[in-house]
Amino acid sequence: MQVNNTEFKPKIVAFCCNWCSYAGADLAGTNRLQYPADVKIIRVPCSCRVNPIFILRAFQRGADGVILCGCHPGDCHYTTGNYYARRRMTLLFSMLDYLGIEKERTRVEWVSAAEGAKFAATMNEFVQTVTKLGRNRKLEDLRCRK
Amino acid sequence: MQRIGVFVCHCGTNIAGTVDVKAVAEALKSEPGVVFSTEYQYMCSEAGQNIIKNAIREHQLTGVVICSCSPRMHEATFRKTASAAGLNPYMVEIANIREQVSWIHKDMKAGTEKAIILGRAAIAKVSLNAPLIPGESPVVKRALVIGGGIAGIQTALDIADAGFEVDIVEKEPTIGGKMTQLDKTFPTLDCAACILTPKMVDCAQNEKIRIYSYSEVSEVKGFVGNFTVTIKKKARYVDELKCTGCGECTEKCPQKKVPNAFNLGLDNRRAIYIPFAQAVPKVATIDADYCNMLKNGKCGVCAKVCGAGAIDYKQKDSFIEERYGAIVVATGFNPIKLDAYEEYGYKQSKDVITSLELERLMNAAGPNGGTLLRPSDKTHPHTIVFVQCVGSRCDDGKGKSYCSKICCMYTAKHAMLIREKYPDTEVYVFYIDVRTPGKNFDEFYRRAVEEYGVHYIKGMVGKVAPQPDGKLLVQGSDLLADEQLRVEADLVVLAAAIEPDKTARSLGTMLTASMDTNDFFTEAHPKLRPVESPTAGIFLSGVCQGPKDIPETVSQAGAAASKVIGLLAKDKLTCNPCVAHSDEMLCNGCSACEKVCPYGAITYSDKEFRGPNRTTLIRRVASVNDAVCQGCGACTVACPSGAMDLKGFSNSQIMAEVDAICK
Repeated sequence: MQVNNTEFKPKIVAFCCNWCSYAGADLAGTNRLQYPADVKIIRVPCSCRVNPIFILRAFQRGADGVILCGCHPGDCHYTTGNYYARRRMTLLFSMLDYLGIEKERTRVEWVSAAEGAKFAATMNEFVQTVTKLGRNRKLEDLRCRK
Repeated sequence: MQRIGVFVCHCGTNIAGTVDVKAVAEALKSEPGVVFSTEYQYMCSEAGQNIIKNAIREHQLTGVVICSCSPRMHEATFRKTASAAGLNPYMVEIANIREQVSWIHKDMKAGTEKAIILGRAAIAKVSLNAPLIPGESPVVKRALVIGGGIAGIQTALDIADAGFEVDIVEKEPTIGGKMTQLDKTFPTLDCAACILTPKMVDCAQNEKIRIYSYSEVSEVKGFVGNFTVTIKKKARYVDELKCTGCGECTEKCPQKKVPNAFNLGLDNRRAIYIPFAQAVPKVATIDADYCNMLKNGKCGVCAKVCGAGAIDYKQKDSFIEERYGAIVVATGFNPIKLDAYEEYGYKQSKDVITSLELERLMNAAGPNGGTLLRPSDKTHPHTIVFVQCVGSRCDDGKGKSYCSKICCMYTAKHAMLIREKYPDTEVYVFYIDVRTPGKNFDEFYRRAVEEYGVHYIKGMVGKVAPQPDGKLLVQGSDLLADEQLRVEADLVVLAAAIEPDKTARSLGTMLTASMDTNDFFTEAHPKLRPVESPTAGIFLSGVCQGPKDIPETVSQAGAAASKVIGLLAKDKLTCNPCVAHSDEMLCNGCSACEKVCPYGAITYSDKEFRGPNRTTLIRRVASVNDAVCQGCGACTVACPSGAMDLKGFSNSQIMAEVDAICK
């Protein structure tokens, strides 16, 4: 779903918790479920490990979208980590929206280790959404671009 | 400056098919810090591992990046390889270019580009890795088995046999589980009770095994090697130590109209009961919902007739705290509720029954003493129709998408037993497919068809309509003859799908053990680690992991036991060194980290620091207990001063990965 026939390929950073979502991403791979190569996954022990600074850094360095995936509420390997992540991201995303980073560029999604199909579907949909929005020009630090 | 080696794996054509591995190895050669880069067919093979080992020694590598399959697959393998070559195992990072690149992308160019970027991110991360040395924690040499069915019993017996203490927690008043309700077992037609009850007695008599019957797990804390579990012993209003199991009370209790759960409500029992004759422990239990004494204080007959003085109407739920090194989940299954299947008339007619109800009807200890009679009018059924896959392999939202696995075989068994005992009875089986993988299973099914003359009809039943004369009109299709069939049946037996026990979901949450969408527990690896949960120290036995028959359950139970024994045989466990640590110079003692820690691993203490002009300052600073910290990282984000960081996943490492990806 590309706009204006330009070859715009978004840069998307996905933070995935080791226990559920990273395993879900692996399952998507094992089942050969396709999603665009624009998504690059960073493995973290838990969604609560993701510091808002990491997400700001991604946008500063030119990311067009950031998605955080964790275990379903109630299923966190560390019991409560995803609840912290959910609260932190709610605040961060509303601040980013205020700064001009559209809400659609940021997302929190719960993907269990058994939900390979959900992982692929989520990524396909997220890449489409971000592609439609185009390049992220807000917050990007042009000095970082080579 | 690190000296990094990069190793790109082809994984046969799994990776090399969609990723130009040579180009990846070449591109990563020029990354800062990289002194060596190569590719090889199978990095995880012995030859591949030797390439890594030799390169570490030859090039004095201080960090290793392996571009291969998921770290969940081979991280441990490659850490061992590094360790064998004298490199700290935590100086290894893996770029996942199989599950997250080659298997999901078809375009060679895009795949290769992505693999290079992921390789760069791993190089950026490993340049900031620090050698980590894991600590050790002691192992409590006792195991807990949750669920006392055949899976739990076999696991407990095997663990006890190796000399370790094991506790069984069973929510029903007796151990034995579903197998106690079965009549015969396929494919040998052994009597279920004859092979199960000796094992139940073994459990009771084994001095290493303790049975908590009528109990549930209410809280689980801790981690592998050191779990603290709270067990809730539900009030049974009978003193277990005094009760002799004589059964006097169960005969004298005036409350006779209690549906007998053991016989699935096909007959009644008293308010005080022993589920069945061979119950273990053989102790009476009062059903508080029906007991007149507990409900309105009027009766007390059981207390009067009890010679042992075991009745205690004032008994309350009690809670016991125990410590264990390992926990085995063996929570089993239940047939699904058939309320959604109105077309089969399960609710309308007493003569439409489930297969488990048929087991009770045919059992010598069942409601009819083993004579097969229709539940409605107690007459002998002359035509019986079996309907397969009721709720199994079903995508309509009413049932389960999976195959329940056992139904084909037990239906063949039922059909055979009925034809043998009552040759005047015609038996019809409506099926989608007959699935008989297993030793002597297909031979068994063919005997039912060829020797016993059971009519197998490929096709589904559309409707079961109760008739005014008490018969059941079964309308179905015969796909092979391409015609509609109408059978006037006396009894219809539904092979209901099986589903995990309702307690499994809440238990999974307590244990932080992952489950699939059907509430079956997920295994650590579907092929290579089938009896372990991804959560360390939690093991899986029986149907709680997926539908299974008895032989499979018993072998899985033994496998789970051997894994537990392997764990308990160790005196110390290596801890995960990727734990939080606090920089005391930055910590301002605010307690934010302590509040978010789910394990209570953070404590505060006053420490002396050197102040300006040779003064001494006393400051309150956080410190992390390495043995308790599980490394989630919640504290690192909560810390306002940036003092808290996580080893192995530090702020600077993750930031370096972000930078590399966004470059």
